[in-house]
Amino acid sequence: MSYRYEVRLSGSGGQGLILMGIILAEAIGIYDGKYVAQTQSYGPEARGGSSKSEVIVSDEEIDYPKAMHLDLLLAMSQKSCDEFYPDLKPDGLLIVDSTFVTQVPTAKAFQVPFTRIAREKFNREVVANIIALGALAQLTPIVSARAVESAVLARVPKGTEKLNRDALKAGMNAARRAKEAWTKLEVVPEVPKEDLLDSY
Amino acid sequence: MVEGALVAGCRFFAGYPITPASEISEILSIKLPRLDGTFIQMEDEIASLGAVIGASLAGVKSMTATSGPGFSLMQENLGFAIMAEVPCVIVNVMRGGPSTGLPTFPSQSDVMQARWGTHGDHPAIALSASTVRECYEMTVKAFNLSEKFRTPVVLLMDEVVAHMREKMVLPDEDDVEVFNRVKPTVPPEWYMPYEDTPRGVPAMANFGEGYRYHVTGLTHDVRGFPTSRPDEIGPFIARLHRKISQHFSEIQMAEFFQTEDAEITIVAYGCVARSARRAMIEARERGIKVGLLKLVTIWPFARSAVEKVLQKSRILLVPEMNMGQISREVKRVNPGVAKVFTLNKVDGTIITPEEILNRITEVA
Repeated sequence: MSYRYEVRLSGSGGQGLILMGIILAEAIGIYDGKYVAQTQSYGPEARGGSSKSEVIVSDEEIDYPKAMHLDLLLAMSQKSCDEFYPDLKPDGLLIVDSTFVTQVPTAKAFQVPFTRIAREKFNREVVANIIALGALAQLTPIVSARAVESAVLARVPKGTEKLNRDALKAGMNAARRAKEAWTKLEVVPEVPKEDLLDSY
Repeated sequence: MVEGALVAGCRFFAGYPITPASEISEILSIKLPRLDGTFIQMEDEIASLGAVIGASLAGVKSMTATSGPGFSLMQENLGFAIMAEVPCVIVNVMRGGPSTGLPTFPSQSDVMQARWGTHGDHPAIALSASTVRECYEMTVKAFNLSEKFRTPVVLLMDEVVAHMREKMVLPDEDDVEVFNRVKPTVPPEWYMPYEDTPRGVPAMANFGEGYRYHVTGLTHDVRGFPTSRPDEIGPFIARLHRKISQHFSEIQMAEFFQTEDAEITIVAYGCVARSARRAMIEARERGIKVGLLKLVTIWPFARSAVEKVLQKSRILLVPEMNMGQISREVKRVNPGVAKVFTLNKVDGTIITPEEILNRITEVA
């Protein structure tokens, strides 16, 4: 039985979502050796406006190259989160940039402040997409961390390798922390019903 | 597409940047100079195709890439290239129109423009692609056809396919079949640049190699000079058409998917063919016998392929991202036994498999 895994990276123009999609597709296709199709959709503006990039992964040739039911949604803006959350499968993974997405539609979302990390830790807002890519590699099984690192380093301009590698690591660490926080959230025991009644 | 162009022998590109075709120029601007090729950014699309025609006459395989608005500007020179029989490849990455339209959104609305955009009664070759691999293969094919038949070839792409990244392994260069124009074997003083031959395609001499001849957009005689003699005009125009029509079987490419037992056949091309393939699989899971005919050659219209499925299926569905430009052709060749339904979408988004599936259940 073939599988099909659908990723949508969304946000606003200028956040580097299309480049992120390209790197992710290269990591999966070239370094991990699976079938992959990457497409994009953006407005005529260079910055602002909405922008999205989609990556489909499969173990066989991909027919329809766009996403239908998302397995993973990355939202780097509140607008894109609101717009695309309904396309996510019930057991799909939602990752948001909590710098911009303040209202998450589900408690199951992984919230990581990619842009704030980029701003404060690296003083370079442009690496937010690479940080998000690190988080994505950590949180999903479709791509290996090593493949992502190779793909990033093959794409970025010379002289910025260290910056990008550090950004990737920061993303992975942030994701790990988010995952721990999330696990803790899950094990919070529900208040037993009897106790609830007692309190009346 | 760039790799396809280079392996086919393209060494000249002139163009003017336009979304969603700029990437082709961008990459060629880096790669062509490394191969001793020439890359020129011209002042507009009219000049771009002019430069391409000039380079081709000098013996260099040439191409340009544009989108709807630029393709409109190229129509005049496209006609010139057909008339003067100059091989060249024109990529048109279709976007929403008319006018500036939707620069970043996909469309298939230039299908008829590729056929009848330039004036006069002329043949046209236009190919499409629906995967990254096909972009490569069809670019090679476009160059081969243009060289073989001394005619411009249009590659009709759409934003989805042109901006898509997929994994493909480039074939070994030696395995790629490349055709080069036939050069004259006679001495220069005997050379007839527009002479009729059994194939209908005269030999083509490179400018600067001693073969002097006249190139004009006026209807010309076998030497290339303007003529007003009906006994020269008629045979010339007839030959222009014949050199394409007697090779239909070689030019017309189409792929059949599960059409053998199909009651309903989808006829699609470009990115929509991918949606159609998924819709076909899902329909079959539901027990509806659906097949797919994917048109690879758009012009000349693959009549024989469509006739094949018209004999087997009782319903044909033609989904297109325009108001029905190819469905008219399908209806034209339909003798009337099968019903032809359309599915048209012009909102700048790709037709989804679900929409095709819904239409299938509607018409089934």
